[in-house]
Amino acid sequence: MSMAPLLVPILSGTMVAATPLIYAAIGELVAERSGVLNLGVEGMMLIGTVTAFAVAFAGYPPVFAALAAAGAGALASLAFAFLALSLATNQYAAGLALTILGSGLSAFIGHDFGSSALKSIPKLHLPFLSDLPFIGPVLFHHDLMTYLALVVTGGIWWFLYRTKAGLVLRIVGESPESAHAIGYPVIRIRYLATMFGGAMAGLGGAYLALAYTPLWVENMTAGRGWIALALVVFAAWRPWRVMLGAWLFGGVTVLQLFAQGLGIEAPSELLSSLPYIATIIVLVAISRNPRTMRLNAPVSLARTFRPEG
Amino acid sequence: MRIVLEPRPVPLEPMRVGAPLIALALTIFVGSLLFIALGLNPLTTLRAYFIEPLSTSGGVSEWLLKASPLILIGLGLTVGFRANVWNIGAEGMFTMGAIAAGWLAVRFGGGGHAWLLPAMVVAGALGGIGWAAIPAFLKAKANANEILVTLMLNYVAALILSWLVNGPMKDPDGMNYPQSAPFEPSAMFPPLFEGLRINGSIFITAIAVVLAWLFLDRSFMGFQMSVGGAAPTAARYAGFSRSRAIWLGLLISGATAGLAGMMEAAGPLGQLTPVLSPGYGFTAIIVAFVGRLTPLGVVFGGLLLSLLYLGGESVQMSLNLPASLARTFQGMLLFFLLAADVLILYRVRIKRR
Amino acid sequence: MNIGASRLELRSITKRYPGITANDCVSLTVMPGEIHAVLGENGAGKSTLMKIIYGAVEADSGEILWNGKPVAIPNPAAARRLGIGMVYQHFSLFESVSVAENIAVATSGKFDLPALSTRITELSERYGLPVDPARLLHHLSVGERQRVEIIRCLLQEPRLLILDEPTSVLTPQAVRRLFEVLRQLAAEGCSILYISHKLDEIRELCDSATILRGGRVVGTADPRESSAAELARLMVGAELQPVHREPVVREVKPRLEAIGLSARSDDPFGIDLGDLSLAVHGGEIFGIAGVSGNGQAELLSLLSGERTADADMVQLDMHPVGDLPVARRRARGLAFVPEERLGRGAVPGMTLEDNGLLTNQTGGLVRRGFIDRRQVFGFARKIIAQFDVRCTGPTALARSLSGGNLQKFIVGREVSLNPRVLIVAQPTWGVDVAASSFIRQTLIDLSRSGAAVLVISEELEELFEICDRIAVIYQGRLSPAKPRAETSVEEIGLLMAGVGPAFQRAA
Repeated sequence: MSMAPLLVPILSGTMVAATPLIYAAIGELVAERSGVLNLGVEGMMLIGTVTAFAVAFAGYPPVFAALAAAGAGALASLAFAFLALSLATNQYAAGLALTILGSGLSAFIGHDFGSSALKSIPKLHLPFLSDLPFIGPVLFHHDLMTYLALVVTGGIWWFLYRTKAGLVLRIVGESPESAHAIGYPVIRIRYLATMFGGAMAGLGGAYLALAYTPLWVENMTAGRGWIALALVVFAAWRPWRVMLGAWLFGGVTVLQLFAQGLGIEAPSELLSSLPYIATIIVLVAISRNPRTMRLNAPVSLARTFRPEG
Repeated sequence: MRIVLEPRPVPLEPMRVGAPLIALALTIFVGSLLFIALGLNPLTTLRAYFIEPLSTSGGVSEWLLKASPLILIGLGLTVGFRANVWNIGAEGMFTMGAIAAGWLAVRFGGGGHAWLLPAMVVAGALGGIGWAAIPAFLKAKANANEILVTLMLNYVAALILSWLVNGPMKDPDGMNYPQSAPFEPSAMFPPLFEGLRINGSIFITAIAVVLAWLFLDRSFMGFQMSVGGAAPTAARYAGFSRSRAIWLGLLISGATAGLAGMMEAAGPLGQLTPVLSPGYGFTAIIVAFVGRLTPLGVVFGGLLLSLLYLGGESVQMSLNLPASLARTFQGMLLFFLLAADVLILYRVRIKRR
Repeated sequence: MNIGASRLELRSITKRYPGITANDCVSLTVMPGEIHAVLGENGAGKSTLMKIIYGAVEADSGEILWNGKPVAIPNPAAARRLGIGMVYQHFSLFESVSVAENIAVATSGKFDLPALSTRITELSERYGLPVDPARLLHHLSVGERQRVEIIRCLLQEPRLLILDEPTSVLTPQAVRRLFEVLRQLAAEGCSILYISHKLDEIRELCDSATILRGGRVVGTADPRESSAAELARLMVGAELQPVHREPVVREVKPRLEAIGLSARSDDPFGIDLGDLSLAVHGGEIFGIAGVSGNGQAELLSLLSGERTADADMVQLDMHPVGDLPVARRRARGLAFVPEERLGRGAVPGMTLEDNGLLTNQTGGLVRRGFIDRRQVFGFARKIIAQFDVRCTGPTALARSLSGGNLQKFIVGREVSLNPRVLIVAQPTWGVDVAASSFIRQTLIDLSRSGAAVLVISEELEELFEICDRIAVIYQGRLSPAKPRAETSVEEIGLLMAGVGPAFQRAA
């Protein structure tokens, strides 16, 4: 089998490719659960990427770069939240504005990075686990941020389904009017959810800089923010399914690097287009069934809410 | 402290024109702060950005040349937005229109045929329409969100273009650069004036403005689409078809975007290259908003955003500022516009909790 | 009046909204352990009054006394702290989470689902309201959901429980069970405010009743002593002098028919239609009375074409049209004035000109796909003039008109289409007296010129003024139509409240 020696790098690469998607999609999932649809994910990721580069180039350790990226993403989402929540503008337009602004700002700031490269964050060596045959290199030879993405996924699952705050978030997304009637501060909750989404998008962008491609290129997220949005739909707004979906997309992304080795004769552009085509396919599959959408999509998603009185 | 929005009994009509102006003023203000932060004199930089590009005939020609596709795409998007159909894939449709026309140009350019350019125009529109038919079908039949589908198709279209100019359509005499053979004169729009790049395609845009006005403000179908976007329940009550609005909204915006792509390829570019558009598809969204979703407004919006592009190029050359400055200003403009628009329908009050 | 301390006393509560006085000097007393009915048609002011008691709305003037002491109730949390619980008509529950979670969000204290589930189970056993705390709400039937609402209130140990139209979505068995629960609560000293328009239930359950009409208290009664007829008369108003009109000349063949129309409602709170049949002839006005929420919305959308059914279930001029969409039915001469003016009958942000065009594309306003602006302007101006629409002209925005004037415009537009059949829902709801009069005369004139007119209305006064035949819709079924001269306000009022052989419920 010519595939066997490639299986390890493919699977391992899948996890790496999935990491930025997991961060961005989990963040957006939390925002959408509260009823906010933020189309600015791509812009926030780019801001995260450029921030991480800037902080790292300035000499700070990667941890600072990642935290700064998260902060920048949260700040960027604040601008969107002000428009969409306090001023109750159309959420689609506000999100698009954030993406365009984020894309422009990040290109502007990153202009002077030239072709300097960052040193990638190290892969951790876990005693015993990393040395296991096959699953060692596949599962246990990753950097901290990849593991953290999984922890965040688990943490958000626990938050949503095991805590009162998570329950309140979910009901706000289902019916802000009823939640408001009971007495919950809907707008404030949505602000917090949106800013969490921004911080996560920022982290996802930071990962691209710190581990994925340590060389700044304009628009280096290449649409991952949009894919993250589709992932949330694909996952029916459930955290563990986001992770699965991210792995699926990560795998499709990584495939193009190994196609030749696998004996797949196809133009590289076709392989590169697979993630995007796959996104369309899963979107159609999920949206087709009105029942699935009705049961899983937060009912108030993207609808403006103006509290009375 | 919280913000309370009080609905106005009557919308503040002057704000419809006022909001874009306020947004522009705020963008210029923030831009000036940015210039100061970079150590530049704000006034001279603003002058270099906004005034100098228009001070030569060459500059005016470039200004109109960039405005033309923005207006054209903006018109198409306006038709869709009025019906609440969100086409974010104009970039991809632009590309497909250029590819369709480009293929004809490369295939038949050598023959000097008079029918070539008109055929390319049709091909451009059809390329865009075909690409738009995908999200239209998926939305009408499977309720797939058109925002995400059209976005994904942007990336696919770019990859198709890349494959073509690196492969089947690569110029054999091009020294292995990824680009198609340059188009023959019979496959290009002739320039209107000696030495300036502005060409006859500008008339296509002018005609499109008239057609858009006719459709949006005078045709019954346009009326139906406006009702569908403004009050879907009333549209249902009146018997207007939502499915038809979706198809028309996407296909028309696809056609204009494809046409714009063709105009760009058969005009200033003169061939197919991996990057055909400096983001016209996205900028046109801002044009549509600035234009208040009206044909005349879109013309002004197109001229304004073209100037933002032009200024960006100008300061890139004279002050070495990155070209992405233009995109930053565009994003800011949309932001401030959305905020200012609130004032049309609401009074904003800040209340102590 | 008892001298013992009342549980709740309202004194001269008044609440005004622009254009309407929802509550006008309403006074009400509820004693501990009393089951007190609040009776009245929709629009009588019951909902507003309950919102005031529950703290969702603040009264303009008047006093509220709780256990004999004046209190202020600024918000629902304050009401809950006093011991007031509210079971909403359309429930404020969340479908995507479980029963226990639904209750947890509305209660304060530690978030401990297992402990809460135990308490829920205890309460449900004590009061005979079986619910499974772990089940997701969207799996529950409407009756089961109501149990969750009630248990949510009971957890707070209320001293006053308000129920708003609790039985409109319940089966007869569920109603019996509910009544047992309420009696048990009352026996334990909890007072109950029971809002309803259903006389037989009120007479079965309640100790006392306050009747509201037009925002005012028109009487109090002991339902156990009063007859249903007396209560109905108080609820709907005194006998009216019949209006003198020309005699009807009815065509032989019906122009609009519903034949065995059965359909499930889209809305979980909606009413399913059951084997509903009616026939409206040219030259007559056929009226359907009924408190809103008994299936009118479903019937209307099936007749208009906004919803489709089997072809034979709806017929226009003897042609089956049940499966045809709106446009095709309008092409056959159907016109329709919906209940909602803004957002359905008219687009709020568009001018009257444009709104005139909304349903009239055949009257020469559109030629070869293009709008003839002059004709459109003229059409709007004609409607404004003929139907006395007070506005600044055809360029006025629909939302700038008063309710009455916009209604006149919409009615005028539909009438100007010269329809063969006109369906009108709530023709004068929220409309001032002068405009109401005008609209009703318009409908009479239209029918006398040969059209078939179907009017669905909550206002008996109006139906008796203009209709030739009247039927009653109740819980998705229609009573046999009776000529106006052969029936009375009392009889119709009783039917509206579900009393009588036509609506005998299966045991």
